[in-house]
Amino acid sequence: MIIGLDVGGTHTDVILLGTEGLVASVKVPTDPEDLFHTVLKGLEQITDGVPPDQIHRMVLSTTLTTNAIVQDRVAPVGMIVTGGPGIDPELYRTNSHYQIVGGAIDHRGRIVENLNPRDIKAIAKGFRREGIRLVGVVGKFSVRNPVHELEIERLLDKDFERVFLGHRVAGSLNFPRRIATTYLNAAVYPVHRDFFAAVQQSLKEKGLAVPIRILKADGGNMQFEASIDAPAQTILSGPAASVMGSLAFAPDEDEALVFDIGGTTTDMAVMVNGVPLLDPAGIELGGYKTLIRALETHSIGLGGDSHVRLENGELRIGPRRRGPAMAYGGQVPTPTDAMFVLGMIRTEGREAALAGITPLAAEMGLTPEAAAARIFDQTCQMMLDEAAAMLRRINSKPVYTVHEMLEGHTVHPKKVLILGGPALYFANRLEELSDYKVGVIPRWKVANAIGAALARTTCEVTLFADTERGVATAPEENYSETVGARFTGDEAVQLAFRLLRDKAVRLGGTAEAHEVEVVENLQFNMVRGFYTSGKNIRVRVQVKPGLIQGYDPVAGRLTD
Amino acid sequence: MLTARHKTGLVFFPAFDWAISPTHPEREERLLYTQDQVWEEGIFDIEGIREFKPDLVTIDDVQRVHFCVPDPWAVMTESHFISAGGAKTIGMALMSRQIERGFALVRPPGHHAMRVVHGSRGFCAVNIEAIMIEFLRARYKVRRVAIVDTDCHHGDGTQDIYWHDPETLFISVHQDGRTLYPGTGFTNELGGPNAMGATINIPLPPHTGEEGFLYTLEHVILPILREFKPDLIVNSAGQDNHYSDPITNMNFSAQGYAALTDRLKPHICVLEGGYSIEGALPYVNVGIILALAGVDFSRVREPAYDPERIRQPAMVTRRIEETCKEVMSLWDQRRLLRDRAGEAGQLVERDRNLFYDTDNILERQKETVRICADCGGAWRIDSVSDRRRRILAVHVPSHACRACQETGYRWFEQAPVDDYEKVFLQDRTKDKFRTRGANGPKT
Repeated sequence: MIIGLDVGGTHTDVILLGTEGLVASVKVPTDPEDLFHTVLKGLEQITDGVPPDQIHRMVLSTTLTTNAIVQDRVAPVGMIVTGGPGIDPELYRTNSHYQIVGGAIDHRGRIVENLNPRDIKAIAKGFRREGIRLVGVVGKFSVRNPVHELEIERLLDKDFERVFLGHRVAGSLNFPRRIATTYLNAAVYPVHRDFFAAVQQSLKEKGLAVPIRILKADGGNMQFEASIDAPAQTILSGPAASVMGSLAFAPDEDEALVFDIGGTTTDMAVMVNGVPLLDPAGIELGGYKTLIRALETHSIGLGGDSHVRLENGELRIGPRRRGPAMAYGGQVPTPTDAMFVLGMIRTEGREAALAGITPLAAEMGLTPEAAAARIFDQTCQMMLDEAAAMLRRINSKPVYTVHEMLEGHTVHPKKVLILGGPALYFANRLEELSDYKVGVIPRWKVANAIGAALARTTCEVTLFADTERGVATAPEENYSETVGARFTGDEAVQLAFRLLRDKAVRLGGTAEAHEVEVVENLQFNMVRGFYTSGKNIRVRVQVKPGLIQGYDPVAGRLTD
Repeated sequence: MLTARHKTGLVFFPAFDWAISPTHPEREERLLYTQDQVWEEGIFDIEGIREFKPDLVTIDDVQRVHFCVPDPWAVMTESHFISAGGAKTIGMALMSRQIERGFALVRPPGHHAMRVVHGSRGFCAVNIEAIMIEFLRARYKVRRVAIVDTDCHHGDGTQDIYWHDPETLFISVHQDGRTLYPGTGFTNELGGPNAMGATINIPLPPHTGEEGFLYTLEHVILPILREFKPDLIVNSAGQDNHYSDPITNMNFSAQGYAALTDRLKPHICVLEGGYSIEGALPYVNVGIILALAGVDFSRVREPAYDPERIRQPAMVTRRIEETCKEVMSLWDQRRLLRDRAGEAGQLVERDRNLFYDTDNILERQKETVRICADCGGAWRIDSVSDRRRRILAVHVPSHACRACQETGYRWFEQAPVDDYEKVFLQDRTKDKFRTRGANGPKT
């Protein structure tokens, strides 16, 4: 059986899946000050009475590293950065121990300025004096040639607990993001390691020895042991859990929007042929722009508990939540209160809700029911408008070839899948106000935990070959080999796939590693003088985000 | 976080699947290393810098500027529609105030494309700056425009398009035409009789360096711009003045290009030539983008940059000073020169032979312009190529006076259709393009 756990802001959801479907689900309150006990309590409750040897997989989605970054509760890190021509790397300073040293690599991966080992030694000494245990080393164009990063690593004495290298973060070109991501990996490393080691230890003591898997923001997972090298990959996995959860119930949708409607926010995502779209750049969190792969999600400050008020006679909803709905004892009116007044929610609390809506209605010159209808409609319309804006943004992403420009695929979903607390109530009206067919994800209350449970192990590999220089490198994989002048684009793709499968297995993937695809495949003849001097090949391949094989039918049985 | 002082828009369209021919300088690889550098620098993450997807230009957009023989499809590839579209996108973003400055980093280039187009010349088929500018004039009522062409080659196409337009100031600074393609752009090329002085050519000797370009900027370009008072400044930002460019002989640098952009303050830059694709373009483009956005560019330089090695010789400095003095004296006499060009109502003719080096076509033109004190003046071009395609192109300018409108229509309607493959009318007062063919009138 599989355990899926998703830590949310208020609640933590845990589910147990078996071949027969959803076996059990529990909800425990989240204690942000003590996530360890929150997680443990959830796991204890879900495994209560279940023989430990029945559980063969466990995936956790937590807010641990996200909170650490947002609240700046991170370890001190020493950063060593090499720049070269271009924007001053000082402008990308991440923290106080941030040293820029000489040494430069150009866009082809050629050394254009040498390192000075004495500088590195002196900096290392300074870091040690400051009691720094973790170091991040990042060079401009290090993904084209990591030689300087590797040399710096070698020069740093063994006294440092761990050294994080920029070229291992991602294959993409983006020096400032590489700096930020490397820094975050180092900065959250201790909290991440200690936390999951402790969880694993506690479970072991209870006889549960199954390795922990951790959900990533791209909707995939990785094993705890592998996550140690890149702990920042685990930030912002929450929205991914929900999207993956809806995927479990809609594997064949051609194109669909997903709305996860919560109390404070609504998260939106897009699925194409059962695969969620990825954000091409990377996560932004706490002022850091990173290279961390994530699902393309759009979060808006609009939900069931959004603050409703009139500003200069105009109806405003959100983006803030000022406590629960008045129906549930809150202080300000909310869309949830409107739903109470409209009779959509029939539990206790209508009077309190009416007390909140009535003064607004008076000011608007409407009956409370009419005002509530206006509030509810506007909430729905705002969601639809934001979804349209997100689609416009996705469809207006630049492309760089004539072919893509003229034939380029654009996304036009005809269906919206909704989940989250107030989801049920929104479905009808969203459908009436739009051209979408709107469906509610069954089991929406725990879809997030189901998503975590069934997520695949995902990863990507970037391969860069320059036959004039005679090299093929996959920087993230610490892979480099010499290639001849006849090395072809097809060979590059095959090589990239091989590296990808190895990586997927290393991260904890199994047969699902075969769900691979080419994301980018460019090949250029390099012409010098009037002759072709070599080929410049860029290949990017990935394991598609998706559900583990063999569980798609389970999802079918979950719908009951 | 890094923030741009000026909101800046970029269209990046490297056309990674388009080339004139596999080993041609204008090939797939041209902007590859520029893309690498721009991506690695994280330019699009700078707060206030925004990337736009290019629009496609329409046939109407093209025919507002060009007379394509026999039609635009015959002379343009898809890539031309996109590269001109990229410039148009930046123009629209500027006009709708989404940005304060913009850069269309697109290919193929356009500044050698003239009014009549039988094919490609100097790697250009259609003039992407002119298509953008005329679109902005038609849509947003922009009037006074200045184009500063800093490509190493004389912008003879742009010069031809605006030769008779007193409301467009065209300044080209380039390597002396006696030493480089297309062999034109001398100080005495000042514009047609109705627009004398609105064309300014500053030919610079080989080996001109940072010092010479910035001297020219301070002593000619900026003073003339101050007097002309344009509503819009467009920079044809060719990058082949670079010391490492394989097909030119200048000594300019990334620092120099950035400093020039910083002082010129163009609203819109459009990429033109530049074929040192590894040693220059990555650094020059980053320099131009940062300068436009108002971000520190002091560390943007070529890896092997050595100002001493590319310092311009003293003799070159003297030549540049003399040329600048001569250009300013012609600029100061422009009204007098215009008065001497002829009487209002008079028709002035000129004959020209034009060579399309890229497509190997020879064209003969007879051009007639009506001298006019009230507008830019109607003109017509009788053009025939060595492929025996003959057309008549008639142009009525945007703010044409009644007499010029009547002249234009008379030329169009009374042209002996049997003598031509097509007779075209570009009526800019109505923003209409009309065609008459031997098979009867068509609109």
